[in-house]
Amino acid sequence: MESVTNESAVTKPRAVIAGHAGFAVGLVSAVQQIAGKGDVFASISNAGLSGADIESTMLQALDASRANVLFTDLPAGSCTMSARRLQRSRPGLVVVTGVNLATLLEFAFRPLDESDVDAANASAEKGRATLMVFP
Amino acid sequence: MPIALYRIDDRLIHGQVVVGWGQPLELRFIVLIDDEVASSEWEQELYRMGVPPEMEVYFCDVAAAPSALAKYSLDSRIGLLLVGDIGTMQRLVTENPGIKTVNIGGVHHSPGRTPRLRYVFLTPAEEDGLRAIAAQGVEVTAQDVPGARPVPLDELLSNSPDA
Repeated sequence: MESVTNESAVTKPRAVIAGHAGFAVGLVSAVQQIAGKGDVFASISNAGLSGADIESTMLQALDASRANVLFTDLPAGSCTMSARRLQRSRPGLVVVTGVNLATLLEFAFRPLDESDVDAANASAEKGRATLMVFP
Repeated sequence: MPIALYRIDDRLIHGQVVVGWGQPLELRFIVLIDDEVASSEWEQELYRMGVPPEMEVYFCDVAAAPSALAKYSLDSRIGLLLVGDIGTMQRLVTENPGIKTVNIGGVHHSPGRTPRLRYVFLTPAEEDGLRAIAAQGVEVTAQDVPGARPVPLDELLSNSPDA
């Protein structure tokens, strides 16, 4: 059977993920494998970039996707610093740091008519709840 | 306890500093010397937000750095001094003979810079600045994280990753 690409099924990313090395692209591939919703996210790596370059790369990704949610890996990381700086020029931008796979899976399934802040809060809540220790 | 690491890193406070070096060195404070950050409460709050509660950050402009360095060098806790560019470190070394080692942690790509390592790109003037630091008896090495091999200055300056 011939493979058919449905152009209308391709969605623009609703959020950008930024992190160290291959962190973001790895998470997106995991979301794709689990839920088939990798296209909800665009990914950015900070590898080899200065703080200013991270900021401009984020800006390009946000502009290209029109996303208003930015997930980052570490609170102290350079991606978070750049994201927080971007918030000054983009007041509607929502930054979520400490992202994990459960957070992104929840976000991928949030209703599209939900506000970005509500979707981000609900997703962060889900991500927090999945951290468990089994002694 | 003297300051454990004198670091040049254009990202200033970030993951490698707080976690990569912070954990093994058991850092309890960072002295960040940068005129722009020292003049901006917003920037300072941003950096404070990024460090764990057991770690303090002190901000200082370049002009006040010598006296700040003298003060924090006497601190009983383990600290790290951080600057964003080579010129600032060169000035600090000249004014503070107590600095014996300098760590190049990150000088990233920008126009006019030549790649030396994947995290070190230098202009000819910056290379001269590093040589001037070394000429004062300071050991200069490039090392982004503790587990990486420290790259001596001579090797760094003769290195061309693209070659």
